[in-house]
Amino acid sequence: MKVLQFREALREAMNEEMRRDESVYLMGEEVAEYNGAYKVSQGMLDEFGAKRVIDTPIAELGFAGVGVGSAMNGLRPIIEFMTFNFSLVAIDQVINGAAKVMSMSGGQFTVPIVFRGPTGNAGQLSSQHSQNFENWYANVPGLKVVVPSNPADAKGLLKASIRDNDPTIFMESELMYGDKGEVPEGEYIIPIGVADVVRKGSDVTIVSFGKFMKVANESADELAKEGINAEVIDLRTVRPIDYATVIESVKKTNRLVIVEEAWPLASISSEISHYVQRVAFDYLDAPIHRITNRDVPLPYAPTLIQEILPNVERTVKAVKEIMYVQK
Amino acid sequence: MASVKEKKNTRAKSKSDFPKETYMEWYESMLLMRKFEEKAGQLYGQQKIKGFCHLYIGQEACVAGAVSALEKGDKYITAYRDHAHPMALGSDPKAIMAELYGKATGISKGKGGSMHMFDKENGFFGGHGIVGGQVPLGAGIAFAEQYNNTGKLCMTYMGDGAVRQGAFHEALNMAMTMKLPVVFCIENNGYAMGTSVARTSNVTGLDQLGASYEMPSESVDGMSVIDVHHAVDRAAKRARAGEGPTLLEFRTYRYKGHSMSDPAKYRTKEEVEQYKQRDPIEQIRQEILDQKIATEKDLAAIGDKIKEIVAEAVKFAEESEYPTAENAYTDVYADASYPFVEV
Repeated sequence: MKVLQFREALREAMNEEMRRDESVYLMGEEVAEYNGAYKVSQGMLDEFGAKRVIDTPIAELGFAGVGVGSAMNGLRPIIEFMTFNFSLVAIDQVINGAAKVMSMSGGQFTVPIVFRGPTGNAGQLSSQHSQNFENWYANVPGLKVVVPSNPADAKGLLKASIRDNDPTIFMESELMYGDKGEVPEGEYIIPIGVADVVRKGSDVTIVSFGKFMKVANESADELAKEGINAEVIDLRTVRPIDYATVIESVKKTNRLVIVEEAWPLASISSEISHYVQRVAFDYLDAPIHRITNRDVPLPYAPTLIQEILPNVERTVKAVKEIMYVQK
Repeated sequence: MASVKEKKNTRAKSKSDFPKETYMEWYESMLLMRKFEEKAGQLYGQQKIKGFCHLYIGQEACVAGAVSALEKGDKYITAYRDHAHPMALGSDPKAIMAELYGKATGISKGKGGSMHMFDKENGFFGGHGIVGGQVPLGAGIAFAEQYNNTGKLCMTYMGDGAVRQGAFHEALNMAMTMKLPVVFCIENNGYAMGTSVARTSNVTGLDQLGASYEMPSESVDGMSVIDVHHAVDRAAKRARAGEGPTLLEFRTYRYKGHSMSDPAKYRTKEEVEQYKQRDPIEQIRQEILDQKIATEKDLAAIGDKIKEIVAEAVKFAEESEYPTAENAYTDVYADASYPFVEV
């Protein structure tokens, strides 16, 4: 095992796949000469040249569409959005293009493309740079949506995404690029759609994904101090969702709290809540709780961010509530 | 009033430019499109064909002249007025008609309908329903040809409405900086649905739009298959020589409304008649007769043959089955084991 930063793990995944398969290329704003807005693609232009590591104008709709068209015609593009907040102007190509072409063509055309970049808040950037899109894209049949939480998963899942023959949305975070973690040596691939039980427990299940796994894990640490033994599940992908792993855990703990960065309405947490009550109703000893972004745009001031984003305090409180623990 | 300007008569230069077979192929190909579309219009009236249905009648030269100028292996993409393009490329009219019926034997297995014909084998990348959305896709298809150094190109069709979309401008800009082998073809039929070109921008000469990107651009008489052929030929030579994209404005006309539900009250009968005087099929018919390439009788026989092809297509579509319920979950993911959410 070696220790890599999250950004290095992503880069390793892309480098390895580009060495392995000539049809893989990287395109996006500042990915080549600038070495990546967040240095994810550092050095890649030097290794692969301008044919395969391509700077674009600030034209997300245009370059997303070029990526989709090239994927329909046999290439395997990795399209970097500087942030998924900017994917809003490209969303027609992602949804009406990438996700639907296979179905509309009766299976004649597939779109093996990866759209990757950060999602969610990244510090004090105010509302237009602080939105989550995991649930938006997860809503769309035809797409797969991957949201890794640590360097090892980032590498293994990105390699799987690049090799996947379906369009994949791969979501990272500016706040995670510097995170360090052990990454297995050699060929390392994690299948899409398999959740990870990162902490075994018996009293309550905490489900999360992406950078909010930190809140889930820290909450479990806090709860352990008070004798509450939480099981923590990292979904890793939100389309498809590994419902079976969640259900199995809930059948054991009989309690569920979901932590998600996005807004509450029509979110991944509401989807999981529905599913769990539908198939494991008799196993639940308490209502399912969820901690999400409060139902407002995320502003700039630190005090407001503290109030609005999910955090350990709110998560611990929710767990205690459904365990009917006083104080 | 019509925003589509009259073009000078360019027929004179066409004399003996082409082998006899080419004239005959144009005639046959365009007549098939015409007769097929007329039948589709009738069937829509009988509610055999549902959904939206946009007919190509009047615009046939825009695709026929391109196909004759290009090579096997070149790619094509267009918007939702898409029945004729695959037919010109050799797709089976039976499969296209079955698609209009929504049958499992349709060219897109009944999943696309009128707006989403696809034929990978013949290089047809579809029928796309969001105005302008196919333009960056066309650039991307061309990108893959350039990447793989194939010498092939992508014909990227759109209507005049699409040129007001951001997607069009972003794609033109990128295609030009990357020197992609793509030919952007605007089928300017004068109206974006019911809104004339002149009402959507101060710039009504759509070939001018290439200038912002220093893209070679031409306005072409889209009623003349010969002019279309020559323009596409010039653009294709540039693309294959690595000189990048071309923007072609085909000034054409649709005789029918935007879709089957459009009575087209925004234009005059006189305007429609004026264009019918310059009908692309009639022009080629006259050329064939003038040059004594074939007789009236020969052409009538072709007409009969096409009538039969269309009738067979209808029969095939009528007799085909709809897709069965099991097909609801096929063709969504390449990954055959994808676990759909159960509802």
